[in-house]
Amino acid sequence: MSETTGHKTYTRANKPLVWFPFAAGGLVAALMLPVLILVTGIALPLGLIDAQAMSYERVHAFAAHPLGKIILFGVLVLPLWHAAHRFRMTVQDLGARSSGSRSVVAALCYGFGMVFTLLCVAALVSFW
Amino acid sequence: MTDHKTFTLEVLRYNPESDDVPHVQSFTVPYEEDWVVLDALNWVKDNVDGSLTYRWSCHMAVCGSCGIMVNNEPVLSCKAFLRDYLAGGNTKITVGALKNFPIEKDLVIVMDSFMEKLEAVKPWIIRTSERPVEDGTFTQLPKQLMRFKRHTMCINCLLCYAACPQVGLNPGFIGPAALALAHRYNLDSRDQGKELRKDVTASHDGVWECTFVSACSEVCPKDVEPAGAIQEQKIESSIDWALDHLMPGRKSR
Amino acid sequence: MSRKPYVPTLPNTWWLEKPLYIRYMLRELTSFFVGAYVAILIVGLWHLSQGPEAWGGFMSALSHPLAVVFHVIALAFSVYHTVTWFALTPRTTPIMRGDQFVPAAPIIGAQYVIWAVASIVVLVAVLW
Repeated sequence: MSETTGHKTYTRANKPLVWFPFAAGGLVAALMLPVLILVTGIALPLGLIDAQAMSYERVHAFAAHPLGKIILFGVLVLPLWHAAHRFRMTVQDLGARSSGSRSVVAALCYGFGMVFTLLCVAALVSFW
Repeated sequence: MTDHKTFTLEVLRYNPESDDVPHVQSFTVPYEEDWVVLDALNWVKDNVDGSLTYRWSCHMAVCGSCGIMVNNEPVLSCKAFLRDYLAGGNTKITVGALKNFPIEKDLVIVMDSFMEKLEAVKPWIIRTSERPVEDGTFTQLPKQLMRFKRHTMCINCLLCYAACPQVGLNPGFIGPAALALAHRYNLDSRDQGKELRKDVTASHDGVWECTFVSACSEVCPKDVEPAGAIQEQKIESSIDWALDHLMPGRKSR
Repeated sequence: MSRKPYVPTLPNTWWLEKPLYIRYMLRELTSFFVGAYVAILIVGLWHLSQGPEAWGGFMSALSHPLAVVFHVIALAFSVYHTVTWFALTPRTTPIMRGDQFVPAAPIIGAQYVIWAVASIVVLVAVLW
């Protein structure tokens, strides 16, 4: 599927493969991250919430439940790919212009996403 | 209100026959309350330096010819009132050629790249099946017109290209106006050319270069909303892509 | 007359030139904090899979002052992501009702309502 007009030939890109997770992850991040950061990063460490709320037993039980796995996967992996794609575009905005440098940036960003996705899946399947 | 009888107009000059790089030249120009920057340029050309080179035509913000940078913002020089720039004690206005384009001379840019991009998106009604004359004219409901009317307002002034950093970073990017016009025709109920345009708009230099900075929609003098047009196409192209890959043979091409 | 167009180069500091660009760059940089935060949570999930002591170690690390400072900054950026995401949504999916477009305000407002509900759900789940 390509079109040659004037001097250039245009072919449809496979960008949707990363754009779908970007869009979905952006929505999940927008809805979920503020409260999660507040709870896990500020309220709990500062003792505003009882540490028992996220004890090993409670969190493990959640992660062991099939629904818990799905929720954790969605909340963690989708924003991860949103961030990977957006950060890739940001590095391009800040100076990576050549196709060579863009390829390296893309590999690093999506590589980061892949590594942490695998880590997340590996952890989730270990809970029963 | 300003009491200036004159002000300083700083112009980025460039003469390809004698210059290697652009340079600033200052002019002292009369201030008139109803003048726009274009009037100041015309005064300089008529009274001081006839070699000052710039594009203009209608002087009423409908032809799209007079796009320039004024104080580092892309505007139509016929719509940029001196009194707005010289309020609060300012005595200087800086003008230059539109950003992100090669400079031909003074304030005139080379816009060939845009013409190629515009042609590439085929900005006309495309029919795959001709409508016989006996069937009469196309009819279009008000809501069908409303769907795409906003995007018809484009006057090809290129302010959006000057504002868009992605155009600056990648000169091959099809760009806001061309993509908005592709969308205008895709949305037109009389058009059947969406698939034909998608190879261009969904290419790497098409909608995917856009990161929704939205500077284009901010500077557009006709409220065309190119940024929104591009995002709509991203969503549609993605759904299309997914369906194409899930159902091979879905497309005739 | 010979032509010799002058081809300018956009400097890498282009985004410092006007407030709109700076706000855009801040929005894009939220991706760093979104990515870093979920990566931290995924690391936490991994520690969870390694047992109660590993989990306890992870929770202590979260209590470190520098960790809390990071999360406060991350919270600010994640809220900025939320606010900008909600504001942009109506422009990506214009909805027609009758002969007119649905105005942006109700669409933005609906997202805030969903955000509030989602946040309350998380808080209830954690505190209960």
